[in-house]
Amino acid sequence: MDKKTQAYICSGCGIGAGVDCEALAKVATGLKFPAKTHEALCSKAGREMIEADIAAGANTLVIGACSFRVMQDEFDFGDDKIVVRANLREQCVWCQGEDADAEYVQELAADNIRMACTKAQKEELPEPYKLENITKDILVMGGGVAGLTAAREAAKAGYSVTLIEKAAALGGKATGWRKQFPTQAPWTDLENPTIATLIKEVEADSNITVKTETEVARIGGAPGAFKVTLKPAGTTSEWDAPAKVTVDQQDLIAKGQMEDPNVGKQVYTAENPEALNFGAVVLATGWTPADVSGYEHLGHGKLKNVVTNAEFEKLAKTGKVPAKVAFVQSPGGAEDDADFPFCNSVTSMVALKQARYVREDNANGIAYILYQHMRTPGNMEMFYKGAQNEDGIMLTKAQVTQVEEAGGALRVIAKNTLLNEDLELDVDMVVLAAGMVPTTKHENSINLAYRQGPAFLDLDLFDGYADSHFICFPYETRRTGIYTCGGVRKAQTMEETIDDATGAALKAIQCMESADRGVAVHPRSGDPTYPEFFFQRCTQCKRCTEECPFGALDDDEKGTPKPNPTRCRRCGTCMGACPERIIGFKNYNVDMIGSMIKSIEVPDDDEDKLRILALVCENDAYPCLDMAGMRHQKISNLVRVVPVRCLGSVNMVWIKDALSSGMDGAILLGCRYGDDYQCHFVKGSEIASRRMENIGETLSTLGLEPERCAVRQVAISDYDSVASVINEFVEEIKGLGPNPFKGY
Amino acid sequence: MGAVLVVGGGISGMTAALEAAEVGKDVFLVEKNSYLGGRVAQLNQYFPKLCPPSCGMEINFKRIKNNRKVRTYTMTTVKAVAGSAGSYEVTLETAPRYVNSNCTACNACVDACPESRANAFNFNMDKTKAIYKAHEMAFPLRYVIDPSACTRCGKCVEACKYGAIEMDMQAKSFKLNVASIVWATGWNPYDPTRMDNLKFNSSDAIITNMMMERLAAPAGPTGGKILRPGDNKEPQSFAFVQCAGSRDENHLEFCSYICCMATMKQITYIRERYPEAPIYVFYIDLRTPGKYEKFREKLMADPKTFFIKGKVADIVAEGDGGVTMVAENAVTGDKVRQKVDLAILATGMEPAAKGMASLPGVTLDKNGFIVSDADRAMLAAGCAKKASDVVTATQNATAAALKAIQASRR
Repeated sequence: MDKKTQAYICSGCGIGAGVDCEALAKVATGLKFPAKTHEALCSKAGREMIEADIAAGANTLVIGACSFRVMQDEFDFGDDKIVVRANLREQCVWCQGEDADAEYVQELAADNIRMACTKAQKEELPEPYKLENITKDILVMGGGVAGLTAAREAAKAGYSVTLIEKAAALGGKATGWRKQFPTQAPWTDLENPTIATLIKEVEADSNITVKTETEVARIGGAPGAFKVTLKPAGTTSEWDAPAKVTVDQQDLIAKGQMEDPNVGKQVYTAENPEALNFGAVVLATGWTPADVSGYEHLGHGKLKNVVTNAEFEKLAKTGKVPAKVAFVQSPGGAEDDADFPFCNSVTSMVALKQARYVREDNANGIAYILYQHMRTPGNMEMFYKGAQNEDGIMLTKAQVTQVEEAGGALRVIAKNTLLNEDLELDVDMVVLAAGMVPTTKHENSINLAYRQGPAFLDLDLFDGYADSHFICFPYETRRTGIYTCGGVRKAQTMEETIDDATGAALKAIQCMESADRGVAVHPRSGDPTYPEFFFQRCTQCKRCTEECPFGALDDDEKGTPKPNPTRCRRCGTCMGACPERIIGFKNYNVDMIGSMIKSIEVPDDDEDKLRILALVCENDAYPCLDMAGMRHQKISNLVRVVPVRCLGSVNMVWIKDALSSGMDGAILLGCRYGDDYQCHFVKGSEIASRRMENIGETLSTLGLEPERCAVRQVAISDYDSVASVINEFVEEIKGLGPNPFKGY
Repeated sequence: MGAVLVVGGGISGMTAALEAAEVGKDVFLVEKNSYLGGRVAQLNQYFPKLCPPSCGMEINFKRIKNNRKVRTYTMTTVKAVAGSAGSYEVTLETAPRYVNSNCTACNACVDACPESRANAFNFNMDKTKAIYKAHEMAFPLRYVIDPSACTRCGKCVEACKYGAIEMDMQAKSFKLNVASIVWATGWNPYDPTRMDNLKFNSSDAIITNMMMERLAAPAGPTGGKILRPGDNKEPQSFAFVQCAGSRDENHLEFCSYICCMATMKQITYIRERYPEAPIYVFYIDLRTPGKYEKFREKLMADPKTFFIKGKVADIVAEGDGGVTMVAENAVTGDKVRQKVDLAILATGMEPAAKGMASLPGVTLDKNGFIVSDADRAMLAAGCAKKASDVVTATQNATAAALKAIQASRR
């Protein structure tokens, strides 16, 4: 692109009162951005002025006005223009008090203009990454309610689906149910199973190919171009996904000190010529009943007729259930009022359902439901109420302390009931409310042939469920193009599962359509940029492949990182990781940010004019700073803010750039990390703080205090405290004094 | 192929709209308030992560700003729907904001305005000027005039340098042609005055759980301090009344799904500010299933938080500004009288559709929830469909997006 530059300085919203806009225009002009000022750039007149320049050829614009987070439509002049915003309002004039030194504020504004002009000079128009051949067929793994629903709903939207199921028949657990929970108002009555109808619909749909007794050996490739090797269920194949072997383990294997877990398997980079092509994957491999024999006082596995809810359902499906049955919902006796593990609210519902079987099969049947907390959320309350009103169903809060044999029958002993007395119930059968263990807890399930290994990462955070950690974004996974639903996500009812599976189908479709347009999926959805690599200088250090939160990078046959752009979420963690600085985006790269930092003027003759770099996460910390400005919090005008895609994208060379150009300190502001991470790219802020620990050591060897660099966790709602976080850091730097290398 | 109309711009509506638009569909998103975000915009934190809802809102706003397939209309309601699945003609009306798109959010109008109004966003616990910004994260970032508080004195018009204020702005009616409609009209907190025994209006020491969210929010009426409304006293003791309206045939017969976890979350708000204050929770069942159990375990380990299984029968206002909770412990049978400084009613969710004059073409169940009808391409999402937490709401909103897309293929 042949750039024709132009800059604009807005004096509206108090900017003109706080800074000398004409002087700012001169700064821009000095950087070869001819500049104009206007009293309200976002107004019709202001925009007409800009549009006239565009008509005369201007295509690379710097707009010094409000934050880039506002007035986005007003300053959108088309995808073929480069527009860079310099924040003169929220993070300049508005966050300075009336008593602020005008000279300092002017310098802050000027640096914001300098950085914006530098960015505009360095930025290039993005060209979306397009796969040569894209497949828009969906693979659904698992033929239970979730998988069948996902397949049916995707097919109804016009997509071809292949549904694979390990067992010989479709239907999964639901085929074993005698009745199912209510799925519609009035929510009181059990329904006849609908699974047979669902199976029929799927089998009759010409858009769906069903393969039973089939499993995935491996999934290689990337969204829009997954290469999937299927195999007969229960067999092993040379194409089974290899286990992850770390560099250290590889050494041990080479020395004969460790057994190679992948003997007889093709390496993960090998491509099976027979593999099938898919665009996206829905994982719906469901759950298995939990083992409850570990609760010795309840007697499962030892006492005859102590059964699990799953075993009881089977009995009910095939025959008649006994007349006196106790349902035990909570195993902890007097100590613990939690339900069995892996229950969610489903086992409360199951007990209510199975209590009705007792009544259906026996004229004088009695079902006792002994619970600590009856969990029937939402509309399921009406189902609970229905059971309460039914003769022969006895419900009470109770601490079940023992189940024992008594005269050929079973005795259940419970304390602290609602009857204000301890209970001893003699029954024919005891049913334990065992939970639903997701298949992802013990298996790789998705069997990826990825460098980072075959399974989803860090599922321990969710007890093995393949769930999202983002409350607002429940379909997020760390493997782009692979979405989960049903029992692998959580124990859920049929009604919930149907919605869940329909949503997963949508996400699968959306991912393929985004890949087709060459744009990112969530959270940078629609972003047409992608990381480009200058491989001639790659040293194969593998940091990018190791650190990518989404496993986007594999190795090629020579050991060089192999990007898979449709797996990529565009966070730039690879770019932050690369010591050779060979990774960058068209509008965001190491050179660009480094040049912006170097464009900051660092006075070397004034000990009061310290300069502190703040690299700020644009998702949370940057909006937090904007809001602090809107609330007129006072933020030190010695700080220069550079927004970054994610702290993970921060390349440590920027810190060195800043300090070697005489800046006095650097602070990173990013999202909370750890188990309750808020980083939208999962690992970015955590990785950045690790890197910063290392840079502290580097600084020490240079004779600089490690305290000149810091990372702080800032939530978007910290707008009233973020100013003090920054200002306290500035005070610390003041205490250290100016950078001794200033001026060299 | 036909467009999708999403009615309601809370977390569910935004999700349905964005998920459809990111597939490539044209979407219209309409919201009756002056801002998007709905109920979650009023929440201080989400359970169980205790993260700010504005974090996800920011991402969703960014998705809207970056996606030309979504067009948003605030202060807009549906007036009529004609046609059938695949080709609906919808008549909508945009109420006057009295502030046009010239608004830069510079705040000069607020500084000039002499009139004030009770701030509904903060449940009337503070005031805004008659011209105001709805809240910190208001999107679109544009001010709005409350016509019932404005005296048309013209001071804001004078103060505005950008010609953004139009005192004579009129309601505008317009039509959209769409293939399907997603109703994500959300919920309202159940009116606490309707439960006679809980005496909501008898004392400032009785608040609702949604009021608690605003008290704890940094931009709330107290700047995040939990103070008793009225006398701004720092409460030394607290009580939560679970199922305030929920699980009760005289009020809401369903379980409102979120209140147990909301209370657990609010206990953390209190603990952070009052490490020693005793907290009493009166409950029927603790519904903190699945991954919420860990959160409950952590809170129940707190030695100063007391969980009492029993419904609150009465709340008695006391002379010192506090209240006495009257209940019966269902396990021990003991009568409980517990004096506290602040009582929080865990009021349930009433579907907003229930109170709306008309939702053309929509079927409600007897509790006011919208019945999804895929054949007619009339779909329900979020808490308009059923009481649920944010995770479940966004899940079924994503599902609704696919059902809407299917309908647009007809």
